[in-house]
Amino acid sequence: MFQIRVHGRGGQGVVTAAEMLSVAAFEEGRHAQAFPSFGSERTGAPVVAFCRISDKEIRSREPVIQPDAVIIQDATLLHQIDVFAGLKPGGFVLLNSQRNLHELGLAELLNGRRPERFCTLPATELSLKHVGRPIPNVSLLAGFAALSGTIKLASVILAINEKFKGKVAQDNIAAAEEAYLLVGQMMKEFTDAQTD
Amino acid sequence: MLKQIEGSKAVAEAIGLCRPEVICAYPISPQTHIVEALGEMVKSGALTPCEFINVESEFAAMSVAIGASAAGARAYTATASQGLLFMAEAVYNASGLGLPIVMTVANRAIGAPINIWNDHSDSLSQRDSGWMQLFAETNQEAVDLHIQAFRLAEELSMPIMVCMDGFILTHAFERVDMPAQQQVDAYLPPFEPRQVLDPAEPVSIGAMVGPEAFMEVRYLAHAKQMQALERIPQLAAEFKQQFGRDSGGLVRSYCIEDADTVIIAMGSILGTIKDTVDEMRAQGHKIGVLGIISYRPFPLEQVRAALGNCRRFLVLEKSLAVGMGGIVATDVRMAVTGAGLKGFTAIAGLGGRPILKSSLHALFRKAQLEDLPPVTFLDLDWEVVNKQLARERTTRRSGPVAENILYDKGIVSAKFG
Amino acid sequence: MGFQPVKFYQTGTFTVGNRLLTPDERSLQSDEGRSNSINSGHRACQGCGEALGARYAIDAAVAGSGGQLIAANATGCLEVFSTPYPESSWQLPWIHSLFGNTAAVATGIAAAMKVKGKTDIRVVAQGGDGGTTDIGFGCLSGMFERNDDVLYICYDNQGYMNTGVQRSSATPPAARTATTMTVGSAPGNVFGQGKNVPEIAMAHGIPYVATATVADLRDLEYKVRKAMTLHGARYIHIFVPCPLGWGTASNDTIRMARLAKESGTFPVFEAEYGEVTGVLKIRHQLPVEDYLRPQKRFAHLFGEHPHTETIARLQLMADRNIRKYGLLNVNNATSDDAIFDARPPLLNPLPEGEEVKERPREFHITGREN
Repeated sequence: MFQIRVHGRGGQGVVTAAEMLSVAAFEEGRHAQAFPSFGSERTGAPVVAFCRISDKEIRSREPVIQPDAVIIQDATLLHQIDVFAGLKPGGFVLLNSQRNLHELGLAELLNGRRPERFCTLPATELSLKHVGRPIPNVSLLAGFAALSGTIKLASVILAINEKFKGKVAQDNIAAAEEAYLLVGQMMKEFTDAQTD
Repeated sequence: MLKQIEGSKAVAEAIGLCRPEVICAYPISPQTHIVEALGEMVKSGALTPCEFINVESEFAAMSVAIGASAAGARAYTATASQGLLFMAEAVYNASGLGLPIVMTVANRAIGAPINIWNDHSDSLSQRDSGWMQLFAETNQEAVDLHIQAFRLAEELSMPIMVCMDGFILTHAFERVDMPAQQQVDAYLPPFEPRQVLDPAEPVSIGAMVGPEAFMEVRYLAHAKQMQALERIPQLAAEFKQQFGRDSGGLVRSYCIEDADTVIIAMGSILGTIKDTVDEMRAQGHKIGVLGIISYRPFPLEQVRAALGNCRRFLVLEKSLAVGMGGIVATDVRMAVTGAGLKGFTAIAGLGGRPILKSSLHALFRKAQLEDLPPVTFLDLDWEVVNKQLARERTTRRSGPVAENILYDKGIVSAKFG
Repeated sequence: MGFQPVKFYQTGTFTVGNRLLTPDERSLQSDEGRSNSINSGHRACQGCGEALGARYAIDAAVAGSGGQLIAANATGCLEVFSTPYPESSWQLPWIHSLFGNTAAVATGIAAAMKVKGKTDIRVVAQGGDGGTTDIGFGCLSGMFERNDDVLYICYDNQGYMNTGVQRSSATPPAARTATTMTVGSAPGNVFGQGKNVPEIAMAHGIPYVATATVADLRDLEYKVRKAMTLHGARYIHIFVPCPLGWGTASNDTIRMARLAKESGTFPVFEAEYGEVTGVLKIRHQLPVEDYLRPQKRFAHLFGEHPHTETIARLQLMADRNIRKYGLLNVNNATSDDAIFDARPPLLNPLPEGEEVKERPREFHITGREN
């Protein structure tokens, strides 16, 4: 079973992110469960959503305590919440930010972890560019696909088409594709740097 | 057809397939998505003929359902928590009148303190109202139980609550096999009322009944639930034939045959329990699970039979009989009277407190070793509790309890697990 | 609907008296073929205003629906005295659910009829003032707001009579009830804001609102018949004295109602979409005191030390009604013709040449003092 935790703030589409992730996995014929951990509606409040992906029926309903991946939609949460709590040693981290981990002063997070599994992505900017709205979730999903290989980009696109229609869907797909390329590129650069 | 869909949406689609004629509901978390989805289906014309009524309170919601059902229409509503209490008078009225209304209860804690998260206190507060109560373990089962519910309610002329854990199920996206309209039509015929308001054949419904006949009327309601004990497994079996899967029934056991310790629970927590039990079985522990699906009527015989071979049981429930202990536990104990079993109660998950597998491991282990008091509160923060008790001992004006505890626990939003 | 025909002794003098009128002018109650929806044998008190009002109202509603009527009833006197186990007086389909939900239950019935395409079957909801103005207020407002196709009839005897005469929001100021006792410096009910439910109904903008009284039963029949020609939310508020609760003689019920009307205490009017379209004029204005005196519930205002100030305040309230609704003629004339002339013009008048045939003529009762 692969467990993902998505952190963000109300209004950023955190819950939708987890849901679309589960839909993407479903499109690949896998079992998936997505659920939120929030309260009454309030924009700006910290929100967490969980997603589990498995090839068997998923029965457990507990929150994801030991995620295999963490997606952080809002970098300001880093000072407020322990978003990395329970992250497995080889876990993936995708952070929505224009700056990289060193620039954010988070280099020590890489201690004892696999650095090629940490990535930052300017998802809000991508969304503004393609969709015209600062909702980073779709870009982050596509970035996650590239980072972890857990889901395919094509599945993310299927999930986008299920959720959105017309031009909005097209624009989101464009954002997703660019995000996927960007992360893929960063991974390549990293691997190249390693082998140099 | 397989879908990856939100629980509420799945339930709404299932209700739609059951061809309801009057839907009336009042918004309350976490049921809102169900009714919104149904409202859209009616407004768009996808669900027709159907009247969707935006009522001004839950009391009105149940009352409109009563009028509609008494006039011969298949009526549906949904609520939770405070809303269920607000309509309590009408809840009793509906069952007293024998109207086959189906209601989804998106189980949620009852305040004060106000809490929107899941536990079973709401529907259990109405356990003696005469309504049947079925508890869904998964969203698939929630879909299936609603279909069975309409059939059961209309056959017996008795209203029924289909209970599904608020947020945990209602707001979870998971895989659901949505039946086809023909399948549902074959299973659920049109509503044929036992009594109906019809100018062609006038009847008076709801007249006063005095001491001369009240006991008999109430006995007959009880008798109907006794009938339900037989019909529920039969309808579940018929469902399996038609739809090809196990859903519903009175109880569902898991790894119980050679278990010396049995964990008993209702609703979605059964999934987490089964995962825990699998892991413990891998370590050689003889532990099993009994899920109760039909809470009312309570399957006394089936529970007793299921616990026939074990030495001890632990009832894990999301409900509390304040001043006494467990609610479900009390019913279970009645089932095993005289069987000489050791029983424990664990109150867990109240107000949506997450129930962790790690906590369950520890709890179940203790149960096996019989190293538990009769009633345990799982993962209780004793430090905070004792602090408040000390506060109350030393100061008369100790302040609101809930606020004190929140203050002690720190910023709530920082926690998620 | 298979109704039992009413025996001549039940309609008696009405039938005889009405034979002089053209058929369309006769009252429904005088007709042996009336539905008799609330059959005799119920357990109402002697002189019960509600039983009288309900009989007229429901028969008129049944007639107005071509015999296709379903009734929802609140808990209260009417429900209790009409269905003493194991009997029922009702000859039409009838449901009693709870005290406060009658409007909602009626909404549900109307919805069921709509969904089943039974557009000819109509729905009436009925309750006392307690079940309407207090505990049933929320559901009533909801039904109004949605404009559900329900005629709601409130039988206002100004208190919770069935449970032993307790105060409701319809209880008039200064009245004695079991919970507004005649002790202390301000005996009886307080002078509050009052709750004018007909006006509140009008504020919802519903198609038809009317007040009626058992002092003018023909007018009551007319209003119910009229309401049944309309669709959407409709409200009729009927003044029904309660001899037991008010401490009046059981043969004085209609007289009490007339005193209330003629003193201006109970204005009788009708309204459409929130605007008053017609009033029943006061024929011989009487001081409020004449209305209060015969009622034991106001007895504490009289005697050795009469509460003149309280009585004056009650008079002021009546005067305000008279002013507000135009209950007296312009010149204070009291001729029959003046009653019709002074009516404000209808907002939605009938096309030229058509008349509302239903409107009964007023009769001038001679001889008796009111």
